[in-house]
Amino acid sequence: MSSKTIDIESLKKQAVVFRRDILETLEAAGSGHPGGSLSAVEIFLTLYGYQLKLKPNDPRWEDRDRVIVSKGHVSPVVYTTLANFGYFPKEELKTFRKFGSRLQGHVHTKVPGVELNTGSLGHGLSFANGIALGARMRGKDFRVYCIMGDGELQEGSVWEAAMTAAHFKLDHVCAIVDYNKVQENGPTNEIKNLEPLTQKWAAFGWQVLDIDGHNIEALKLAFDEFNNTKGKPTVIIANTVKGKGVSFMEGKSAWHGKAPNKEQLAQALAELK
Amino acid sequence: MELKPTPTRDGFGEELVALGKINPNIVVTSGDLEDATRAEYFKKEFPDRFFNLGITEQDVVGTAAGLSTQGYVAFATSFAVFLTNRAYDMIRLDVCYNNCNVKVVCSHGGVTVGEDGASAQCLEDFAIMRVLPNMKVICPADYIEAKKATRVIANTFGPFYMRTSRAPLPILTQEEDAFVIGRANVLRDGHDATVIACGVMVAEALSAADKLKAEGINLKVVNMHTIKPIDVDMIVKSAKETGAIVTAEEHQIIGGLGSAVAEVLAQYYPCPVEMVGVKDSFGESGTPAQLLAHYGLKDVDIVVAVKKVIQRKK
Repeated sequence: MSSKTIDIESLKKQAVVFRRDILETLEAAGSGHPGGSLSAVEIFLTLYGYQLKLKPNDPRWEDRDRVIVSKGHVSPVVYTTLANFGYFPKEELKTFRKFGSRLQGHVHTKVPGVELNTGSLGHGLSFANGIALGARMRGKDFRVYCIMGDGELQEGSVWEAAMTAAHFKLDHVCAIVDYNKVQENGPTNEIKNLEPLTQKWAAFGWQVLDIDGHNIEALKLAFDEFNNTKGKPTVIIANTVKGKGVSFMEGKSAWHGKAPNKEQLAQALAELK
Repeated sequence: MELKPTPTRDGFGEELVALGKINPNIVVTSGDLEDATRAEYFKKEFPDRFFNLGITEQDVVGTAAGLSTQGYVAFATSFAVFLTNRAYDMIRLDVCYNNCNVKVVCSHGGVTVGEDGASAQCLEDFAIMRVLPNMKVICPADYIEAKKATRVIANTFGPFYMRTSRAPLPILTQEEDAFVIGRANVLRDGHDATVIACGVMVAEALSAADKLKAEGINLKVVNMHTIKPIDVDMIVKSAKETGAIVTAEEHQIIGGLGSAVAEVLAQYYPCPVEMVGVKDSFGESGTPAQLLAHYGLKDVDIVVAVKKVIQRKK
């Protein structure tokens, strides 16, 4: 459970550990999605290391904050986060994507701490809204987070849900867009332009916080702002770099859905110290 | 008291209100068609537990799934075409893959939708719903059965799809008849052939049985209200007893009730089968009666199919 204090230097060090774990997990699996996992490291770290109300030893605790990972392909960063925060043994990361493992290719509720099986894009926000409406009726004060990719915002269902959250004034819903600017086959805004993105969300009735998604201090301040906002949902547009931290992966769509081999892993780990 | 023909959607809407009074965990999402689905009866009684999400079918299903995680029995409602077709991926992933306690209940199944025409006449919902793991599929035959089905699916955990009718259907069942998921009801005994029907076609099957009786043919009529899980025992028993099966549904022949019955017979007791249903086409505008006749979904069509299947017995 967050004590609402933050040790930014320690989280920065942990970000390196996370990136190394993600890449080792992917290399062992032989497949998976590094680009959007590496771009979201600080988002997950600041959520789990600062913002969320959780009990890792009681993952189904009914008052926990809910995290819906709508971009379900970034399972490497999700599982790495949950393992490092004590939801399951880190050793298990080696079984990722293997037959019989609960660490499914896309996030799955078999894994303690995962709230929704996803993988098809554009599902998370409606589900998050449903949880939030239910929580309001139950008089619960937990919050609901939905982590989305930027390419995912091309799905029309996202905007159906965006209207719902604003219409019902779901101020306990926080969407986080990992705006790494690259999707499977190229730059997001060349494939189908999302801009002006902050204005789009604002026009849909959301509070928009446009920040550097690799800056833990900025993420902390954004979460603080969300905590204090009443009457409308909040979206954090986290500007990030796809493949962040590994020079040959950064900004490259080729690393959206491809695991590093042994040599590439060694090269990447040499950069992550 | 004799009940006049009533749409099965009315049974759903009325029972939902009754359930809402005793179960505070019932919630409803709607794609702005609650007037047509009869979910508006619930809205009037329990506005705080009703969410008209506008014309956003994907959101109607996804939000219901999220609500269900908070201990609610979530009914997602709209027309059959819109939820089962347009929001298919939400039903597949959110509801079925996550095994959420969501009941997808849709009116406007079949050609008896009538004048609105093909775009609103769902003829493929049984096929695409029954293929989903965890999903159970129900199609009540009358108003009384629709009420019972609504009660049972509300009280049974997990994903359900139920199709209701816009058209008034004659009352065929009694309040005291059992309604058990996956257990078909025999409405008439006979030994020459069996008709296995659901929804509007149950009444047509009974009428066919009357016509055939005059010709000395005794038809067994089975109301297969649950299309999944299908009642394997009833199908095999009927095949053994009568040696020939006719299926009847207001749905494409491909993939629906007939296919489900044929899957069972092919595996456990092969026998001649004829299928009455829509033959790989879309619907069109017209009155329900005109359309049932045009698409070969009348009692007379069942009569022809029964005679044909009996000939094939030898």
